[in-house]
Amino acid sequence: MSMSETSLVRARNVHKAFGPLEVLKGIDLDVAPGEVVVILGPSGSGKSTFLRCINHLEAIDQGFIEVDGEQIGYRLRDDRLIKLSNRDIAVQRSKIGMVFQQFNLYPHMTALQNVIEAPIGVHGQNRNEAVRYAKELLNRVGLAEKMDAYPRQLSGGQQQRVAIARALAIRPRLMLFDEPTSALDPELVGEVLATMRDLAKEGLTMIVVTHEIGFAKEAADRVVFMDGGVVVEEGPPAAVLTNPSHPRTRSFLSRFI
Amino acid sequence: MSSSASIQPDDGLRDVKLAHVPFPITRLALWIFTLAVALGFAYIVAINPNFGWPVVAQYLFDPTVMQGLWVTLGLTVVAMIIGVVLGLILAIARMSNDRLASYLASLFIWFFRGTPLLVQLIFWYNMSTLFPRISIGIASWDTNDLITPLTAAIVGLALNEAAYMAEIIRGGLLSVDKGQAETAEAFGMNRARALWRIIIPQAMKSIVPPTGNQLISMIKATSLVSVIAMADLLYSVQSIYNRTFEIIPMLLVAVLWYLFITSILNVGQGAIERYYNRGDRGSMPADRTKENATPMVGAAHEHV
Repeated sequence: MSMSETSLVRARNVHKAFGPLEVLKGIDLDVAPGEVVVILGPSGSGKSTFLRCINHLEAIDQGFIEVDGEQIGYRLRDDRLIKLSNRDIAVQRSKIGMVFQQFNLYPHMTALQNVIEAPIGVHGQNRNEAVRYAKELLNRVGLAEKMDAYPRQLSGGQQQRVAIARALAIRPRLMLFDEPTSALDPELVGEVLATMRDLAKEGLTMIVVTHEIGFAKEAADRVVFMDGGVVVEEGPPAAVLTNPSHPRTRSFLSRFI
Repeated sequence: MSSSASIQPDDGLRDVKLAHVPFPITRLALWIFTLAVALGFAYIVAINPNFGWPVVAQYLFDPTVMQGLWVTLGLTVVAMIIGVVLGLILAIARMSNDRLASYLASLFIWFFRGTPLLVQLIFWYNMSTLFPRISIGIASWDTNDLITPLTAAIVGLALNEAAYMAEIIRGGLLSVDKGQAETAEAFGMNRARALWRIIIPQAMKSIVPPTGNQLISMIKATSLVSVIAMADLLYSVQSIYNRTFEIIPMLLVAVLWYLFITSILNVGQGAIERYYNRGDRGSMPADRTKENATPMVGAAHEHV
């Protein structure tokens, strides 16, 4: 890593509108390698949309996003910005792991098949190596004995942990979590958060959109509070969560106490 | 702690474990009645000499009939395979963001669903009157060499089938949760791989039943090719009764074979449906569910 580019993720002046609805109104964000950034904010604040812009599931209207030194969706050539082909975008995405609110496991595949699908199909890994690593990852999320189960035979928490293993299997440079516990029954939230805390400790770069203030407090290096399509406030969790400077952050946090 | 549950004298007799089921006398009577009517009808049909059962038996495995049966089966298989492959391409084209592809697919479907199959077959058969020669670049063929009754039958049946299969497949692809395509995309899969590995296997659940229907329709639709002198099953029994005038017995020969084929297809369809439902809860082999049931308790607590 060169001295000038210490950030793994650089977002500058990111704008996104759905028709007349402006969802992101100029987001700037840097994420350092190994950093865990938790994005908090009320529903409709644009935090999930921003996350989806990072791996180009949504195309942004203005500004730019860089991951690992590469601009997402575009390439600068001879001082002209060229839109990338779908194939090139797929290559960029293949370094970014994503975990979805609804898990989105492939229901016709077993847990193990879910995990090895992208390593074999996208990264061209050999099958034995992919299976070996998948078993290791399933073991790490505590589901080694579930590898032959189909998603519908698993609880929500187990499904989400398989989804985390699936995202890790591509050896991502960056992990995106889109409200990973919002679709879970309350008693199953703990097991997923525990898995995510382990990953944070291991130095994985993570951007987590969540409503779990507790997780932000314990695992985040930095908390970003978004509202109305802008970053209202950011800083270390201790500062933002216990002593917020902005009134909107205060009113949001007061609902969780 | 005193219980709020009160005790009545005959409570001991009310436990549903002790319940008796009354003998279902009316159901039994209905079964016997229905069976008697069915057997009676079968008997009347069997002894009626007008059905000509000895003739049916005599011609059931007649070489001409067998040859016609193979033609029917061959036409069905070939036309269906082409129809499914072309239908898949049409469905994908129709759903694509590319306007040109989408309009062309819509036009194809509109035309081939909108005109009778019989008319389409006659058109293909008489293609040489419209275009006496067919040329691509410098290569050129006499149309009558290309469009034989066989190719006219295959092309006619397959293109018509493709139009229907396109709509069935499109419906199946639309039935898959949008999150699946998005997940595949997020993991860097290209569109072709996402379709082949993720979307189509899930769409099969809603594609297979109507496709079974189409296949059965197709077997019977092949009988239309007798008008363009293809010697299919129907044509072959017709050619026999034109000689012997035993119309009803010969048609019964065809009917028995059509029923036999569709029965086999029903069994096959059931097996395919079970395969594509394999991710569903409850459709798993019992031993596997059991084997997984025990560790589930342990695993859920590991991270709490």
